Amino acid sequence: MLSGLEPLVITKETNFVNIGERTNVTGSRRFARLIREEKYEEALDVALDQVRNGAQILDVNMDEGMLDGKAAMVKYLNLIASEPEISRIPIMVDSSKWEIIEAALQCIQGKGVVNSISLKEGEEKFIEQARKLKNYGAATVVMAFDEKGQADSYERRIEICERSYRILVDKVGFPPQDIIFDPNIFPVATGIDEHNNYAVDFFNATKWIKENLPGAKVSGGVSNVSFSFRGNEVVREAMHSAFLYHAIHAGMDMGIVNAGMIEVYDEIPKELLERVEDVLLNRRDDATERLLEYAEKVKGEGKVRVKDDSWRKESVESRLTHALVNGIVDHIEEDTEEARIKIGSPLTVIEGPLMDGMNVVGDLFGSGKMFLPQVVKSARVMKKSVAYLIPYLEAEKSGKNSSKGKILMATVKGDVHDIGKNIVGVVLGCNNYDIVDLGVMVPAEKILDEAVKVDADVIGLSGLITPSLDEMVHVAEEMERRKMTTPLLIGGATTSRIHTAVKIEPKYSGPVIHVLDASKSVGVVSKLLSSVSQEFAQEVKDEYAILRDNHQGRRGEKDFVKFTAAKKNKAQIDWASYDPPKPNQTGVQYFENYSLEEIREYIDWTPFFSTWMLKGKYPKIFDNPTIGKEAKKLYEEANEVLDKVIRENLFQANGVIGLFPANAKGDDVILYEDDTRQKELTQFHFLRQQGKKGDNIPNLSLADFIAPLESGKKDYLGGFAVSTGFGAKELAEQYEKDHDDYMAIMIKAVADRLAEAFAELLHQKVRTTYWGYSPEETLDNEALIKESYRGIRPAPGYPACPDHTEKPILFDLLDVTSKTGIELTESMAMWPAASVSGFYFSHPESKYFGLGKIYEDQVLDYAQRKGMTVEEVEKWMAPVLGYK
Amino acid sequence: MSKIQDILSERILVLDGAMGTMIQRHKLEEEDFRNEELKDHSFTLKGNNDLLSITRPEIIKDIHRAYLEAGADIIETNTFTSTSIAQEDYGLQDWAYRMNLASAKIAREVADEVTQQNPDKPRFVAGSMGPTNRTASISPKIADPGYRAVTFDDLKKAFKEQARGLIDGGVDFLLFETVIDTLNAKAALFGFTELFEEMGKEIPVMVSGTITDASGRILSGQTTEAFLISISHMPLLSVGLNCALGASQLRPYLQIISEKSNFATSAHPNAGLPNEFGEYDQTPGEMRDQIEEFLKSGWLNIIGGCCGTTPEHIKEIAEVAKKYQPRKQKLNHVSEIV
Repeated sequence: MLSGLEPLVITKETNFVNIGERTNVTGSRRFARLIREEKYEEALDVALDQVRNGAQILDVNMDEGMLDGKAAMVKYLNLIASEPEISRIPIMVDSSKWEIIEAALQCIQGKGVVNSISLKEGEEKFIEQARKLKNYGAATVVMAFDEKGQADSYERRIEICERSYRILVDKVGFPPQDIIFDPNIFPVATGIDEHNNYAVDFFNATKWIKENLPGAKVSGGVSNVSFSFRGNEVVREAMHSAFLYHAIHAGMDMGIVNAGMIEVYDEIPKELLERVEDVLLNRRDDATERLLEYAEKVKGEGKVRVKDDSWRKESVESRLTHALVNGIVDHIEEDTEEARIKIGSPLTVIEGPLMDGMNVVGDLFGSGKMFLPQVVKSARVMKKSVAYLIPYLEAEKSGKNSSKGKILMATVKGDVHDIGKNIVGVVLGCNNYDIVDLGVMVPAEKILDEAVKVDADVIGLSGLITPSLDEMVHVAEEMERRKMTTPLLIGGATTSRIHTAVKIEPKYSGPVIHVLDASKSVGVVSKLLSSVSQEFAQEVKDEYAILRDNHQGRRGEKDFVKFTAAKKNKAQIDWASYDPPKPNQTGVQYFENYSLEEIREYIDWTPFFSTWMLKGKYPKIFDNPTIGKEAKKLYEEANEVLDKVIRENLFQANGVIGLFPANAKGDDVILYEDDTRQKELTQFHFLRQQGKKGDNIPNLSLADFIAPLESGKKDYLGGFAVSTGFGAKELAEQYEKDHDDYMAIMIKAVADRLAEAFAELLHQKVRTTYWGYSPEETLDNEALIKESYRGIRPAPGYPACPDHTEKPILFDLLDVTSKTGIELTESMAMWPAASVSGFYFSHPESKYFGLGKIYEDQVLDYAQRKGMTVEEVEKWMAPVLGYK
Repeated sequence: MSKIQDILSERILVLDGAMGTMIQRHKLEEEDFRNEELKDHSFTLKGNNDLLSITRPEIIKDIHRAYLEAGADIIETNTFTSTSIAQEDYGLQDWAYRMNLASAKIAREVADEVTQQNPDKPRFVAGSMGPTNRTASISPKIADPGYRAVTFDDLKKAFKEQARGLIDGGVDFLLFETVIDTLNAKAALFGFTELFEEMGKEIPVMVSGTITDASGRILSGQTTEAFLISISHMPLLSVGLNCALGASQLRPYLQIISEKSNFATSAHPNAGLPNEFGEYDQTPGEMRDQIEEFLKSGWLNIIGGCCGTTPEHIKEIAEVAKKYQPRKQKLNHVSEIV
């Protein structure tokens, strides 16, 4: 934890902290000249430039023979203190003279870093200096240097670092998190064999420090590593970037880096990268020669290479991505214009190629292949492009200028990201909403005061970094405290529907809605400000309540209600004015060896990808720059498997459905032999949510969706069981025998998808034909996946009815095993594995939900209803018991 | 140290209210600020309230007693401006040690007297230390931003001297309050560490910053969290906020301190914001209601009043503080490392 005017908290998640190095008289000739000539204003501009380029700590060094270093340091730091934009970030006091260090520490109010102390002059002096630093409240860089000299091997590095750490922590009581080791970055590829392992030693020492010296951080001066390639910027930049990539993986927390001197890791030409990494990782004896050879080839190209225009020949979309990733603004306007003409709509340009490019940047940053200063450059390119498009967006504005409402927007306190928010602002503005944009880093007080002042109809909060989530919660709390009712929209990269539902929405009784992206914002805002706003808000509230329940179900909830109260709070369905649809055909239907070809059309591919740990929706996942290729490959292979399975008839699809007269009796559903409803066939038993609900939110049970006996209405319930797993096991085993686990998993994954698809297919047949309550339904596969049809098919063992012991009742009812071959194991799993069974509910209001936790009173009642002992119920229901 | 830590984890402690507001009630004149020794002092001394501990100690004792009777657990010595730097304005820079010693002694005397009446509720004395009227990181000359009216070393020396007087006079803690420039506070903390080493004894230190306006920053520009980070290198008894704002405006910043601090937390806000006449007119009841919201949120270990508050305010605050549990303190540093 460091601070300037603002905090800098370094955690595992901060990725890499970038230390600005231009305010160093030993490293920058220009800065040295400015200080010598006492041109302090210009010297301040150098610092400002560093901050604006993304420096998170500012290294200041005045060690030069010609200077009164102490006076220059004091003067410069005092001037910085009066420049809030610079003094926002912590100062690194860089000097080899103790006198200068101490004078500097007396000038900075924040918590700075000293660079550096070491055991060079012995333990006594080291301890004395460390004591003083502790009292000044500064963190410190500790060089891997002792009485014998600078550490140049792995062993010496860890020996000195450990010794320093022990002295600091045990003898001085120095806070371990304030110790930053610099384990010496030395030049490699110098032609001297002893130097070949320097980079590897640094990586390993870094790793060792992070593992063995708790709290300690690691830093270093990166440009040193490429010292022997001075003058050859192409090779140097590649070396810096590759070095950082490996060092950060080893645990390096911060470093002195010239933002202008690093290439994006993924953009390094493959051949160069290989040779650079051969050197850094000391992978082959001739690594140095090979890199020198390459260097010779590109020598003199210098910055010219940056002007390499081969990327200009690619499509406009890839050019935009290239410009964003590399932070090149030169062509951005012409490319933006070209994209606008090609795509037609300026908004689509933003949401399409530009956002895609920024996603690439985000992925590279997340995986440590890009660094903050580079991201800042990318953001500049993005802003420039968006700025170019804004006049076109505004021109699209329809003629009518009457404002449809006033939207107040802000990026919350602590966060500076505003691209997304600006786009939303533009989009809404184009739709004739008045936008009041408060900018970035806006405290809750200001947002809410302004909202009242301008009489905003909607408040929109944006944020990109994780802490912003808490700040949004805080804003919601404050709105509640102030008894506001203005709708609150939540947006930004780290926000999510689930976070909004679980953490933000419960804090505020007014509408709270998560908005996924700019295009969704118009729909949401227009509904919020329309005549159906209350219904819409309620709809979202209900939806979030369910999300929350499901979430709580997983995490264990604390607030619950008595079973009697939960029953009273059942779903309110107006049975008097509802006539349940009578099936065209009651009784049981069997399907044997059903056409796999037909089933295939119903496959939902998205879960297939998540089986392989690839996150993304089909088919959009193919466009994902990082995993798209892999996803496409998997998809193609799966289809090859499918082709083969169908061609050679390797799997068999069997299924059964049944529709029966039924009525609810309490939380049970009774099934009858026929419509005279005289003779009972069997009963299903359902469980009811016991979580404490908000106003007007019911405690649901599936039984609520079947007409109760006392309603006098004739209702129906269906059941089904399908499998496509016959043959799958055998096929998978063949591959397993050949140790081809990949194909074995692939076979199973495909069989699973087919089983789900079969269930989807039969459900559709039930709705359109057998039950026939939606004869007109014509939904394509996408709509089916979105479940935009009427009715549900919950499966026993799943969230709405987690009791697996209902399965034998269902299997008996439909005679599943003898008719289809699907068996139940003693733990109530279905065999073959690629099987699905469940119930059909037809009521339009029937919906999926998560049961959440249940409590003793319901368990007691349930055991009685099922004729099981309490212990048996508790055993089967263990995962959802809210007690014990 | 352990005793006060135990008490802090059991209940919310109440700090006293304003000294100046109470002194104003007495309508004092120049001669009240003089004694035999100061009879011919060439500077005007009226308004140098800290001097009253020497010239009119009964007035100060009565005020201490009134706060203790209102329910305060901790009283602050009458020494907010008793540094050689601040006393220069009155030509009394050489009096700093004596003033602190005298103020500490009378506060100690009254606190012990009240403790004796009810030993179950021990009363404490905090040595009040203001930031002085000079800032180490802000230039008073607009045209010369690099200029400083005071150095780190000057401040360190002055605070050390003040703290020595307070400790010699018997205070239980040092309370460095109304921090408007974190560098002043860092100089004080540095001085305390040196002093503790020299004296061979250590007493708990409390620090309280001042958010001066709605920007949420202290005068020298730091945000609340940056301020907290910048002073957390010394093991403190508590960190909090006081003065400048009323309780309701203090709320967002107090929440930050409560969430981020590894130390106990304190607040002693003003009785609202001053009216057009510079008077504080928030009633004890109004202030109590606003403070109750902090207590309800579980943010505080120590609560009291600053400008404009009176024993009536403290009485209300002490009553409401009894109803709530103190904030649970985090373990120092451990969480950060693991």
